Amino acid sequence: MGKIIELKKVNKWFDKFQVLKDIDLDVAPQEKIVICGPSGSGKSTLIRCINRLEEHQEGNIIVDGTELAENTKNIEKIRAEVGMVFQQFNLFPHLSILENCTLAPIWVKKLPKKEAEDIAMKNLTRVQIDDQALKFPGQLSGGQQQRAAIARALCMEPKIMLFDEPTSALDPEMIKEVLDVMVDLAKGGMTMIVVTHEMGFAKEVADYMIFMDEGKIVERAKTKEFFENPKSDRTKLFLSQIL
Amino acid sequence: MNTLKPSKQNIKTYLPAGIFLIVFSFLDVIINSFFQINLVGFFPGIISYFFPLIIGFIGLYLIRVEFSGIRSLDILNKNINSNNFNAVLTLLTIFIIVKSISPLINWFFLEANFIGNSKEDCTGDGACWVFIKVWFRRLIYGMYPDPEQWRINIAFLSLFTLVGITFFAPAKIKKYFILFLIFVYPFIGIKLIGGGNFGLTYVETAAWGGLSLTFIISAFAIIFCFPIGVFLALGRRSDLPAIKYISIGFIELWRGVPLITVLFMASVMFPMFLPDGTFIDKLIRVLFAITMFEAAYMAEVVRGGLQALPKGQYEAARSLGMGYWRMNFLIILPQALKLVIPGIANTLLALVKDTPLIFVVGLMELAGMIRLAKTNPNWLGMAMEGYVFAGLVFWIICYAMSRYSQNLEKRLSTER
Repeated sequence: MGKIIELKKVNKWFDKFQVLKDIDLDVAPQEKIVICGPSGSGKSTLIRCINRLEEHQEGNIIVDGTELAENTKNIEKIRAEVGMVFQQFNLFPHLSILENCTLAPIWVKKLPKKEAEDIAMKNLTRVQIDDQALKFPGQLSGGQQQRAAIARALCMEPKIMLFDEPTSALDPEMIKEVLDVMVDLAKGGMTMIVVTHEMGFAKEVADYMIFMDEGKIVERAKTKEFFENPKSDRTKLFLSQIL
Repeated sequence: MNTLKPSKQNIKTYLPAGIFLIVFSFLDVIINSFFQINLVGFFPGIISYFFPLIIGFIGLYLIRVEFSGIRSLDILNKNINSNNFNAVLTLLTIFIIVKSISPLINWFFLEANFIGNSKEDCTGDGACWVFIKVWFRRLIYGMYPDPEQWRINIAFLSLFTLVGITFFAPAKIKKYFILFLIFVYPFIGIKLIGGGNFGLTYVETAAWGGLSLTFIISAFAIIFCFPIGVFLALGRRSDLPAIKYISIGFIELWRGVPLITVLFMASVMFPMFLPDGTFIDKLIRVLFAITMFEAAYMAEVVRGGLQALPKGQYEAARSLGMGYWRMNFLIILPQALKLVIPGIANTLLALVKDTPLIFVVGLMELAGMIRLAKTNPNWLGMAMEGYVFAGLVFWIICYAMSRYSQNLEKRLSTER
């Protein structure tokens, strides 16, 4: 099977501090990967490198056949293919939910407005906030905002979706509505890389689990094996603390 | 002693007594100030002078009943009569206002002169509005020749009409009107006023002046300084060192020099650097100087807004595949500019009020024309009327701008 994302010996430093150490990672189309680990272990940095919100200093990152490097001209094209959902939603507060969803398709993909709006409404219906389309982000609950953010990313019809702790900033009763949307998305065949502490979600959808600590991938295993029979002691300790 | 303190028990007697004393003290001041009759003139000098303050103070003391159960009384006590010191401040403030209203009205209207054509017609003690009346054309049009003044009128009338149409135009064509207003109309207007072709006599810019020049300079400077300021602000935050340091240098250079110096340089020094035979109109040099000067301020105001935006907005825009310009013009600037509307209004108001400084290069807008008029031998001693008039006109312009900015802020708000 082909690879849609390929990371080879990726190293990254923030000044002198090394956040990523020799990261190797392959993702095949339609695979779902959940990354977990203690805070400060480099999980977020890793997925932010995949759409180059962060720059890596050594190694290769190849996304959908294009290598990300200093001189990559069509980085915007790659980003348009890789959807990202943030911990803090990052909706655009000066635009309505519908405009949030249509802005990038109209200006980046050059879709006609009508078509962009149809796609937006389809995706808003999919995350079940089509009735909030004309409201502004500030008027929605946290869970609704995060679902709107997912819809906004989906409107670019990406090949890959990255989730950076999508439920960490939410009230407990809103986590489920967001996870439901993500499960639905996973079942639809989307390639997903998710950084999360929601182990129930991981067990349900992930093909592979990755455990990171201190900038390294400590363990990479099939989901069932990861939870039932973790190999490294560090993983066992982490799982015993959060399960 | 406790029985004498105002309370709910004695409110029935204290409240009317207190109100009577307060009303009497106000009456005394009002009659004294408007009719020059001293009701309590039979008292020795100093007592009669302080009499309203004393009885007003006693009155306020008598009505200071805690939890009286009367809503308006409680509000009054809480806000302006909470203790003896506040009571005195309240009385003094009200008395000063009452005392100053009457001389002001006298000066402005009752003893002012409106009719006549010369200084000799001003016989009253108040303002001589004849001065403004006689000089009105000059104050509005400067030295612009009388028979051509219709051109200025047409230029401004059509501007206001266009603004009005734009305001009520349907959303779809509104933006074309706005673009026309900003990028095309100013040049049509200038051509109309300046003349030179289309059968219009040429009127050199040195003859322009008065309030119309205030408007022309303000409008052009505002239109140009805003985009330049925005680009400078973006430039100062750029990752490209060349652009960044050029922007910083530009901003700090223009911001560090007084406007009056900049204007002086623009009119006196600048032509020396030009090759012989080239000539740039004085008004254009002045406009350039003011625009650059205010753009530097604008840049820093806008930069404040850019810095206030969370990093997540930039990341979200980039993660959707937007490049630098789309990110800034679709996501970042609309939010940043909205945040700094008060700061932008501040800068633009300062710009309008800085226009009188163009006197250093010999151009005379409203305040400049007044300076000229008051030194006319036939009209010496009219400085007060002139500057009060100029102050009023500037205040009206600036207050209108301020209201518009508040209105804009409210309209653009997307909070709940």
